[in-house]
Amino acid sequence: MKCLVTGGNVKVLGKAVHSLSRIGDELYLEPLEDGLSLRTVNSSRSAYACFLFAPLFFQQYQAAAPGQEALRCKILMKSFLAVFRSLATVERSVEKCCISLGGRSSRLVVQLHCKYGVRKTHNLSFQDCESLQAVFDPALCSNVLRAPARVLGEAVLPFPPALAEVTLGIGCGRRVILRSYQEEEEAGPSCSCLHRQHRQSHGDRDEHRAGGFPAVAGPGRGGHHFLPQGIPGTPELCGIRKLVSQRLLRCTRPAIFAVSDSLLDGHFVLATLSESDLHSPALCSPELRRLAPPLQAHSTPHLDDFANDDIDSYMIAMETTADSEGSRAVPSISLFPGLRPPCSPGPYSEDNEAEAGTQPGTPPPKKFRSLFFGSILAPAHSPPGPSPVLAEDSEGEG
Amino acid sequence: MPLLTPQIQDENDYSLVASLDNVRNLSTILKAIHFREHATCFATKNGIKVTVENAKCVQANAFIQAGIFQEFIVQEESVTFRINLTVLLDCLSIFGSSPMPGTLTALRMCYQGYGYPLMLFLEEGGVVTVCKINTQEPEETLDFDFCSTNVINKIILQSEGLREAFSELDMTSEVLQITMSPDKPYFRLSTFGNAGSSHLDYPKDSDLMESFHCNQTQVNRYKISLLKPSTKALVLSCKVSIRTDNRGFLSLQYMIRNEDGQICFVEYYCCPDEEVPESES
Repeated sequence: MKCLVTGGNVKVLGKAVHSLSRIGDELYLEPLEDGLSLRTVNSSRSAYACFLFAPLFFQQYQAAAPGQEALRCKILMKSFLAVFRSLATVERSVEKCCISLGGRSSRLVVQLHCKYGVRKTHNLSFQDCESLQAVFDPALCSNVLRAPARVLGEAVLPFPPALAEVTLGIGCGRRVILRSYQEEEEAGPSCSCLHRQHRQSHGDRDEHRAGGFPAVAGPGRGGHHFLPQGIPGTPELCGIRKLVSQRLLRCTRPAIFAVSDSLLDGHFVLATLSESDLHSPALCSPELRRLAPPLQAHSTPHLDDFANDDIDSYMIAMETTADSEGSRAVPSISLFPGLRPPCSPGPYSEDNEAEAGTQPGTPPPKKFRSLFFGSILAPAHSPPGPSPVLAEDSEGEG
Repeated sequence: MPLLTPQIQDENDYSLVASLDNVRNLSTILKAIHFREHATCFATKNGIKVTVENAKCVQANAFIQAGIFQEFIVQEESVTFRINLTVLLDCLSIFGSSPMPGTLTALRMCYQGYGYPLMLFLEEGGVVTVCKINTQEPEETLDFDFCSTNVINKIILQSEGLREAFSELDMTSEVLQITMSPDKPYFRLSTFGNAGSSHLDYPKDSDLMESFHCNQTQVNRYKISLLKPSTKALVLSCKVSIRTDNRGFLSLQYMIRNEDGQICFVEYYCCPDEEVPESES
């Protein structure tokens, strides 16, 4: 693989790496025929981000040497980030950037050609890896918000960076509401607290389509929790391209943030949290509840081949797959034992019943509703019984 | 008014008296070598040299020539004392390290001799602060025996070109390898860290290169932890001269222009690490 980035595009690449670094610790770099893909997933597999740089983004792009297969690799995010550490410097001094993989040296070579003829060469060690793919389809989203990236960026700016979760919902008057909660400790559940609300009127958004539902988004409960850690990544992109469209799947599905342009595509997929807490009266404003259509009102979602009967894994399945051509002998590993073959539809009923049983005022369970993979496997894989104690407990002193 | 009595004393009682209209001309230079707590000061009629050392491997010298001072009197041939540099810098910036534009802090510095404290009188806007800093037994400093006749390779670079390189050094690498050669790659800085290796090449005809005199290819490794503090001097400087001698010892000379346009020098010497093993290029 060899590609050459020049001029302002070097900074765009740098920005993309910076925003990916907010999500994951490892970067998956995969040269494809339709462009160079950079992907990452966080350690708990609740957030995934990917960029695809079209061949036109590069001055020169060669996915693989003629007659050879394209290599893909996994590198430490930290080491790749170090190459573009200071975006100001990159903008000021870097004239072109050449990335090559699969030469004689078993290194990913990133070469920056800077002002004054100075040349920086980074030989980064990498690991072979399988392709990292998240299965999601923005086209399946029932709700879409499309706005200039700046608007969304400014909206999340006042939230503290350490905030654990943010809820995005659509209120009456076609307003988009972003809000945060305080922990239960200080305030009892009865008064648990709307921390901040951002209301954005319809006019701010280029497009606001709450598919299938009049005015109120979502299947009735008008809330969509996710970890905000990924969002700070999106304002960074604002400088890159104009539009962020956020696609909300059904409430229990991940939020997909997308940026796109003729030269690059970016997707941030953030898991949403379980939302039974919305039954808590304080958390769900009366008007929202009033406007909420009955649960059965929403249309039956499309089920494609990755859908299955497990609610937790219904929304998104991330898996490492081999090339679909099957040209390689890489085994296809599905991390959802129960994912395939697809089973009969009906993913909601079970879960909704469970939620209906939730008492009002139940503290938010802070449970991922849509892990890419992970929680559903936990019981089966947890070691039986307590793990052996290797060292005795030391007695308390005195 | 016991505090003011030293001012009344006869100047002949002091082995060193130095006055400065703008204390920042001194404090800035001292900050460039402030990587250890203590420093040794040598004063001769030519000026003051302040030396800081670490690990018997690296030595930094700041030269503040007599001309920088408005008044500079040394009674003896040379005056030597050791002082806590951190305390000295704290005192010098007692009126703040970034003063309001248009206000200058003036300094008068007096040292009576062996066993006496260093007296600082700092004045800004009519307010005078008197500081007494105890001096310590001077320690012998290292003699690197770096002689210009033994210099094999010498490069003068505009500091701008090295600044970013030094601030972004991969600190997971134990060493910084410096290659100086009459042929390609001419001048190369390399690190070998956890993430892999990186090289920074400067062509000899680069606009950053003020002069390039390399006679022989030399590849030497220096402990990155020892060289990193020189970034402080690099940031302040406008030019840097990089020299290596026949033993691989490194001399970095930084030319620093102070607020009044006068030139001062800060110099770092560093011993090379053990022999370069045959490994990555």
